[in-house]
Amino acid sequence: MKVLVAVKRVIDYNVKVRVKPDNTGVDLANVKMAMNPFCEIAVEEAVRLKEKGIANEIVVVSIGPKACQEQIRTALALGADRGIHIEADGDVQSLDAAKLLKAVVEKEEPKLVILGKQSIDSDNNQTGQMLAALTGMGQGTFASEVVVDGEKVNVTREVDGGLMTLSLNLPAVVTTDLRLNEPRYASLPNIMKAKKKPLDTMSPADLGVEIASRLTTLKVEAPAGRSAGVKVADVAELVDKLKNEAKVI
Amino acid sequence: MSILVIAEHDNSSLKQATLSVVAAAKAIGGDIDVLVAGENCGAVAEAAAKAEGVAKVLVADNAAYGHFLGENLGELVAEVGKGYSHILSSAGTTGKDFMPRVAALLDVAQVSDIIRVESEDTFVRPIYAGNAIATVKTSDSIKVVTVRPTGFDPVAAEGGSASVEQLDVVKDAGLSSFVGEQKAESDRPDLASAGIVISGGRGMQNGDNFKMLEQVADLLGAGIGASRAAVDAGFVPNDMQVGQTGKIVAPQLYIAVGISGAIQHLAGMSDSKVIVAINKDEEAPIFQVADYGLVADLFEAVPQLEEELKKVL
Ligand SMILES: Cc1cc2nc3c(=O)[nH]c(=O)nc-3n(C[C@H](O)[C@H](O)[C@H](O)COP(=O)(O)OP(=O)(O)OC[C@H]3O[C@@H](n4cnc5c(N)ncnc54)[C@H](O)[C@@H]3O)c2cc1C
Ligand SMILES: Cc1cc2nc3c(=O)[nH]c(=O)nc-3n(C[C@H](O)[C@H](O)[C@H](O)COP(=O)(O)OP(=O)(O)OC[C@H]3O[C@@H](n4cnc5c(N)ncnc54)[C@H](O)[C@@H]3O)c2cc1C
Repeated sequence: MKVLVAVKRVIDYNVKVRVKPDNTGVDLANVKMAMNPFCEIAVEEAVRLKEKGIANEIVVVSIGPKACQEQIRTALALGADRGIHIEADGDVQSLDAAKLLKAVVEKEEPKLVILGKQSIDSDNNQTGQMLAALTGMGQGTFASEVVVDGEKVNVTREVDGGLMTLSLNLPAVVTTDLRLNEPRYASLPNIMKAKKKPLDTMSPADLGVEIASRLTTLKVEAPAGRSAGVKVADVAELVDKLKNEAKVI
Repeated sequence: MSILVIAEHDNSSLKQATLSVVAAAKAIGGDIDVLVAGENCGAVAEAAAKAEGVAKVLVADNAAYGHFLGENLGELVAEVGKGYSHILSSAGTTGKDFMPRVAALLDVAQVSDIIRVESEDTFVRPIYAGNAIATVKTSDSIKVVTVRPTGFDPVAAEGGSASVEQLDVVKDAGLSSFVGEQKAESDRPDLASAGIVISGGRGMQNGDNFKMLEQVADLLGAGIGASRAAVDAGFVPNDMQVGQTGKIVAPQLYIAVGISGAIQHLAGMSDSKVIVAINKDEEAPIFQVADYGLVADLFEAVPQLEEELKKVL
């Protein structure tokens, strides 16, 4: 079966973001960018399905500026077969991302679409569910285990209070949680090979989708910082402070 | 304006998070209805009818909603909600699952995880793991919004007297079915609403050592959390993870034991009123946010903490 994986280019998770002084956003100039960690997990899951002989082709898609091709190449180096870059320079919000991905789904007809559960920049946690709704597919969100079984897929989900397992008809959408797998690193030979793998570029217009911002970011501010408090000498002092100073016990 | 709040519950009791979502609805202003979708969920509807500020409770009681499948809830809420100006749910794992489906079916954007209401169409939400706070305005006619419960003080659970109306809308998308679940059974307070939370990290070394934290938690009536490292290492189950991609907590007191204080962890607890850190490394970043820091070996400090608490409680 064919698996489609959506990957997003985001700020590297190790970078401490800084809000711009004019409060229009966060400073992304000269900041290290990387594949969203949840998307790495999505790519890894697809590659494992291929290694098990369940998937036979992995197509990876990213929406964003030209630089996203780096993340597509990374996915190709990890084992994806082919890339699609949907070039969009401005603000592509979740609903539009989902509409673009829907158009790709209609062209490619994958059996399984794997996305990250959230991107660590906008922390929206929406795109996979929106894509599933628009395409009329079932969804297994926050997956910690994915088992393909004929025309069904069983997805174990990390939910409040524990784990929950669903059975979904294929085709289906899965969004990854942290413990689904541990992504591998790309080897140098595979990075070289990835450069020769096919990568198509298209525009939202090619896919018949018009990008329409519905959400306007009015301002972005730094959070009210917490300052370091005091160090206590021992446990007795700690308990005394909690009881008599902070009055929280 | 009319606001539809989707209740979060387990078919037998209403989750406190719902009361915080009603509080967010009050901040927007307008009539507030609550939709209770589930199976044999009459008790939940009764509880919702008593919540302060609720005008009407709508009940969709059907096997199709028993396990809160996103496909079925999405269709139901999109249909019931299309007459409202706002549809709100908590940003728990159920709300996160079905709400984007509702938004997509209604062809509107979703505003995720708000912590403040500025006006009827403008909301404040953390991005980048809480390292930036964005104010966003939506131009859609129906506003689909998930609410971070710790951002809003819950309305009173008692005192209201809303009418209760049964809905006869059955949406079974037939795309998914429930197979099973593993619920962590515990008598301890729910992490998300506990007044005190004590969390362990990689420094705990193994799952058995969490018993030390349990003993302290029992004394304090606290919930127990963990860092991702502790969950990944298999010390404790996934639903205990606090952080950007786990639970968001804001208790009166948060005690971090053997946790270094990575930004992803801080994203889940830095709104706590008082933070205590116990860590043997005095350079650990957790001390930069802690009100009270104790540089000590946790294997000595935690048993001492238990003893000292016994003296004063
Ligand atoms: C160049 C650029 C600039 C932007 N500038 C702004 C801005 O200034 N203000 C603003 O509010 N928003 C901006 N956005 C949009 C914002 O990042 C969107 O909210 C986002 O694209 C979709 O939501 P999300 O990634 O948070 O989705 P989530 O639902 O959190 O993401 C879940 C998953 O969806 C998939 N996915 C999401 N987006 C993409 C993508 N682009 N390509 C491939 N897969 C994807 C991934 O698998 C991801 O793990 C910008 C987007 C881009 C590409
Ligand atoms: C996409 C993404 C999402 C993430 N989401 C989350 C999330 O939601 N929640 C989360 O927590 N993390 C999350 N993380 C992981 C995060 O980056 C850190 O790796 C994690 O929080 C570290 O956990 P820790 O503090 O327990 O472990 P460590 O960083 O290893 O720290 C252990 C601490 O214990 C101390 N210690 C050790 N032994 C003792 C002792 N005997 N006595 C006292 N102190 C001791 C050490 O000094 C150290 O400070 C995420 C990461 C990524 C990439």
